[in-house]
Amino acid sequence: MTPDLLAASALAPVPAGLMDALQVTILVLVAAGAAVVVKTRDPVRQVVLLSFYGLLLALLFLAFQAPDVTLSELVVGAVLLPVLLLLTLTRVRRREK
Amino acid sequence: MKPRQRLWLFLVAVAGLTSFYLWGLVGLPGFGHYPGPYGDIINRIAVGQTNATGVVSAVNFEYRGIDTLGEEFILFAAATGVAIVLRHLRGEREHQPTEAASPDARQDSPAVRQLSLLLTGPMLVLGWNLASHAQTSPSGGFQGGVVLASSFVLIYLAGQLLTLRRLSPVDVTDAVEAAGAAGFVAIGIAGVAMGLPYLTNFLGLGTMPGAVSSSGTIALISFFVGIEVAAAFLLIVSELLDQTLLVRQETS
Repeated sequence: MTPDLLAASALAPVPAGLMDALQVTILVLVAAGAAVVVKTRDPVRQVVLLSFYGLLLALLFLAFQAPDVTLSELVVGAVLLPVLLLLTLTRVRRREK
Repeated sequence: MKPRQRLWLFLVAVAGLTSFYLWGLVGLPGFGHYPGPYGDIINRIAVGQTNATGVVSAVNFEYRGIDTLGEEFILFAAATGVAIVLRHLRGEREHQPTEAASPDARQDSPAVRQLSLLLTGPMLVLGWNLASHAQTSPSGGFQGGVVLASSFVLIYLAGQLLTLRRLSPVDVTDAVEAAGAAGFVAIGIAGVAMGLPYLTNFLGLGTMPGAVSSSGTIALISFFVGIEVAAAFLLIVSELLDQTLLVRQETS
C-alpha cells in the first residue's frame, strides 16, 4: 500500500511484532489442523474436521491481508466442500447397504 | 521389494527432495518483500484509473479481466461436467421426494433446522451485497456467488428439500449459469462492437471513487460473475443431492 493510502486509512496500524506473532501462530495451527484431518480415519468425522480446517485457512488468509480470499475460503472451504463430500458419502453408503 | 530396500529408497528420495527444496527456499525474496514492480504500480494507479476502491476487483475484472474470464469458464466447465457425469441413466429412477422420505429427514436435529431457517435470509442479503459491491470493498462476484449458493444449501439443511427443488429446478439453474457466463463475454464483445479492445471499460467511471455506481464495467462484470458462480455451485449441489435420491433398478 502506498503511504498516502495508508494515511487516508482510519485504522491505526498494528505493531509489526504483533502481526508476525499472529501469522506464525496461525501457520502452526494450519499445519497442525492439516495433520489432524489427514490422520482421521472415519470419513464423516474427517469431513467435519475439514470444515473447521477451512475456517483455519480463512483466518490464515485474513492474517495475511487477503480479505477477499478469506470470504471465498470461508464459504467454499467451510460450507460447500463439506456439503458436497457429505452428499457423496450418503450416496456411497446407501449403495453399500 | 524388501522393507529395508524400500526404506533406503525413501531416505534417498527424501534427502534429494529436501536439498532441492532448501536450495529453492534460499533463492526466495525475504518474507513480505516483493521484488516485482507490478503490485506497487497497481496500488498507486488503480483507484485513479478505475474509480474502484476495491483494488482486488479492479485487478480481477479490469487489468486481468481476460484471465478472470478464463477462470470463470473453468468453473462453468466443471459444473457442466458434473451435470453430464451425474445425468440420469437408463434403469435409474427417482424416489418421489417427500419431506419425510428425504435421506436424513428423520435424523436431523430441530436446532439445525431452526438455525438454517434463520440464516437463509441474511445469507441471501449478504451474498447480493458482496456480489454488487466488488467496486467498493474487498468482495466480488465469486465471493458473493458462493455465499448465495450456500443460502440455498441452508434451505436444504432446514429440511425443506421440496422447497429447494421448487426454487431451483435444474433446467433454470442451468440457464442462469449460462446467462451469467454469457454476460461476462457479452460485455467484452460490446467493447469490440464500439471499436475498442476486448473487455475495455466502456461505461462511465462515475465521479466519486468508492461509490457503488462507480467503476463502469467492473461492477457489471462482478454482477454477472456472481450469478454464474451461484448457479454453478447450486447446480453441482443439486446434482449430488439428486444422486442421493436415485434408485438403480436392475434391468437386465
